[in-house]
Amino acid sequence: MSTTETSTTAAPTELQKGHIGQSIPRKEDKRLVQGQGIFFDDVRRHGMGYVHFVRSPHAHAKILSIDVSAALELDGVYGTLTGDEVAIQTDPFFEMSTPPGANIKDYALAVGRVRFMGEPVAAVVARTRELARDAAELVEVEYEPLDVLVDARESVKDETVMHDDAGSNVVWSGVFDWGDWEAAKAEADHIVKIDELHFHRFSSTPLECSGALVEYEKASGQWTLHCNHQMPGVGAIWMAPSLRTGIDKLRFITRDIGGGFGNKICLHPYYVTLCLLARKLNRPVNWTEWRTDQHTANAHGNERWFHDVEVAVKSDGTMLGFNVKALDDCGAFPRYEPLGCIIWAQVTAGCYGWRNIRVDFTQVTTNKSPVSPNRGYSRMQHLWLTERIIDIVATELDLDRVEIRKRNYVKTEQMPYETPNGCVYDSGDYARCLDIALDLIGYDTIEERRAEAAARGKLLGFGIGSTLDSGTNNFGQSQMLNPELQFSGNNEAATVKLDIFGELVVTLGTVPQGQGHETTASQVVADIVGCSPDQVNVRQGHDTFFNSNAGFSGTYASQFAVTGLGAVKGAADALRAEMIQLAAAVLQCEEGQIELADGFARIKDGPAEAALPFMALGAIVNANNAFLPPDFNPTLNHRFVYRPYFGPVDVEKKMGKLTLTYSTQIHACVLEVDRETGVVEIVDYAAVDDCGVRIHPQIVEGQVHGATAHAIGAALHEEFIYDEDGQLLTSNFYDYHVPHALDVPALKTSAIESPSPFTPLGSKGMGEGGGGGIHCIGSAIQDALKPVGKPIVYDSCNPYHRVWSMLQDPERTRANVEVVPA
Amino acid sequence: MSQPSLSRSIAVEVNGEVYEREVDARRLLVHFIRDDLDLTGTHVGCDTGNCGACTIHLDGQAVKSCMVLAVQADGSKLRTVEGLAPSDDQLSPLQQSFSAHHALQCGYCTPGMLMSASALLEQNPRPTEEEARKAIQGNICRCTGYVNIVEAIVSTGASA
Repeated sequence: MSTTETSTTAAPTELQKGHIGQSIPRKEDKRLVQGQGIFFDDVRRHGMGYVHFVRSPHAHAKILSIDVSAALELDGVYGTLTGDEVAIQTDPFFEMSTPPGANIKDYALAVGRVRFMGEPVAAVVARTRELARDAAELVEVEYEPLDVLVDARESVKDETVMHDDAGSNVVWSGVFDWGDWEAAKAEADHIVKIDELHFHRFSSTPLECSGALVEYEKASGQWTLHCNHQMPGVGAIWMAPSLRTGIDKLRFITRDIGGGFGNKICLHPYYVTLCLLARKLNRPVNWTEWRTDQHTANAHGNERWFHDVEVAVKSDGTMLGFNVKALDDCGAFPRYEPLGCIIWAQVTAGCYGWRNIRVDFTQVTTNKSPVSPNRGYSRMQHLWLTERIIDIVATELDLDRVEIRKRNYVKTEQMPYETPNGCVYDSGDYARCLDIALDLIGYDTIEERRAEAAARGKLLGFGIGSTLDSGTNNFGQSQMLNPELQFSGNNEAATVKLDIFGELVVTLGTVPQGQGHETTASQVVADIVGCSPDQVNVRQGHDTFFNSNAGFSGTYASQFAVTGLGAVKGAADALRAEMIQLAAAVLQCEEGQIELADGFARIKDGPAEAALPFMALGAIVNANNAFLPPDFNPTLNHRFVYRPYFGPVDVEKKMGKLTLTYSTQIHACVLEVDRETGVVEIVDYAAVDDCGVRIHPQIVEGQVHGATAHAIGAALHEEFIYDEDGQLLTSNFYDYHVPHALDVPALKTSAIESPSPFTPLGSKGMGEGGGGGIHCIGSAIQDALKPVGKPIVYDSCNPYHRVWSMLQDPERTRANVEVVPA
Repeated sequence: MSQPSLSRSIAVEVNGEVYEREVDARRLLVHFIRDDLDLTGTHVGCDTGNCGACTIHLDGQAVKSCMVLAVQADGSKLRTVEGLAPSDDQLSPLQQSFSAHHALQCGYCTPGMLMSASALLEQNPRPTEEEARKAIQGNICRCTGYVNIVEAIVSTGASA
């Protein structure tokens, strides 16, 4: 697969060039800069009540009693709901795991026992937000505390069991064994061993918290959720059976959403509670999550331990493979889990050509907030491992970090490249991206700058993060976890119609949260049907009652540019064909003579009057159709479901095409560490991205900036820290420091375009990034600290106190690694 | 001893329009603006005064409206994001610059960012990058990494 410079990219499909590839003004901006966006909390209904949750102060306890009577007596309180009612009125959410995880019972409110601090045990509805909060304080809950598990390494011992129904804290475990690890070990010159690495717990903390306004219509049994769920298709699959209702009884409407990042995927327990309250009280109910509650009890990213890592390396730096035990901590309930136990396998090999990889994977519960997908979900953790391996091997064997990467990167001439576990990397040029990134940070002068910094008492280091953002999931990978699951493939829907006054109207199944879907969808439609994006009205947000809802509808897992726009393209192609057919019939010519351009259907090189404005086509079909022949029934209204082809997966060998596209991110940075304090300052930062054809380069760059800021926050500041009693110590933006404008350095970006041969537009999903910043900052810290006893970066989060500890006691981290001759 | 009053009547001018309302003494200004006046452009992103999504102008000063009680604003002139554009069809130069520089993605922090930035530009029409960063350090954005926001502010000043 060839890779082209951005300026010379040719669209791989037959489109009328014009708008795709241009950074046109975003359609969304005009309303958003005027405060006219419509977020769920901006929606009002007559008589609506405000919900406040009563939450557990304990990380693990039996619920002995709940008394809501004092709350109900307060003037202005409309009603309450407790776990006992939930247990009667709903069924537990279905679990994706095999036993023991499959036997876990997860309800909308805690039933009989609480398993994490902040777990909702009851809900109160009142006339105002303040009253609801007052009333919640009047709910009396009696608890009997139980032993608390905050460390996955303790959970796995099963000395205390959190879910009696499961009988074990292990949700899922399995061994992935690809290639021939033992042979690789025998062939290697060195085995580099790492005892333990830790990927920490954080989340992207979207600025708008979760919530919904839920209405219930008694006559039809219909619930309408004005909400910010980012994956309503799957949300409904969880909720409808639990509520014992049909899936069409749940109508999800989203308009503007204040960021998602995966954290708005596991809202079903809260939403089921709201549905029950709206029905019970026969009034609309609004729940707007408090920030502290979001941090405490909504969605954290997966925490993961890597133990007994062994890496097989040749003397020349050729990496043959690795063997690792992974221990994933999913918090109290495996809500989206155990999918994280397989999603990482999309990037098993990372950017590298090693062929022998063995991963013994176990996931356990702990008494902490449940996890949900979080930007870079599960792959980021694994990519961090691969990048740590490369850097630690380089440090221990005294190999150059640039050279070892280039030696082991999958080469552009190998694309499409099949990985040891049957995934196919579609296109890319990692080495070239690395060269660009190194150039941007001034790599050639790094040693001079290191000396200059040393003269100032600073330790300067540079680092690299090489990652892949795999996009467009094959849900068939879930069958590698549980062969009984009836999920596979992927789909997304869109409709495009030409309306009576010549306006193109588009509906999407996707659920934008800032990614500019209205803009990019209009670019694609405009180029296909031959008009300006201004003529294309993309309806805002998602509505289950649009006819553009598919089973996997949503915005997650880096796929809009493939699935969402693939659906838009399919629908627009069908509309275009019909517009040509109609115009040929009206103008009495061959279809081949018709061209669509500038908002007209006209005869190519024909007289000026042989042209129909789109308005004429729309009017004929919709309002003036008597003259059309009886056997010609154009609708000018098309629905298309885009479905990528993956083929079956090999459940036994855990092999197959797990995802369709692979974007590349190569990050590089230079930072300085203060020897006295451990304070880290990033002085240069570059991110090079390759996501194939870019529909809107400015939006792509914006995603790169955002993912980088998340990574900087995660690498240096953001950490959900629990004490031994399971109390979260970082439950707000004081203690959980997200980057501010002064924390993020100037970012240098660049892009190349290696079009995907597998997607309708040559584009690839890229929004998540691969956590490149986490890897390159850790890499740079390890490099900077090298002169002070060569400490090893063993944690993905390196706030100043941890860096200071490494400076004080490098030996403690060095005890973690060992090189043995093979 | 007499009980403290639990509510009070207040009058505020918001974006040039005068509103008189009876408010709970404990009502936060941001909830007054959003829930009582239905000016939903001002947002809430945290419960600790950190995020700045609720930033407005109170008598010409940028303030976080979640850190002020509604009764404290009695008699004040307020300006919210809805009052920034000269008209519905014409955006202010700062708003145009935010769009041109892709300084917003989800748009949730944007109203607060615009209010902090416009307060800066009123006092310092040509801010440097460092000054722009300092002016918005009390505003959290989780989408953009701030790069384009800072550019949008600085370039508005440069072209003023």
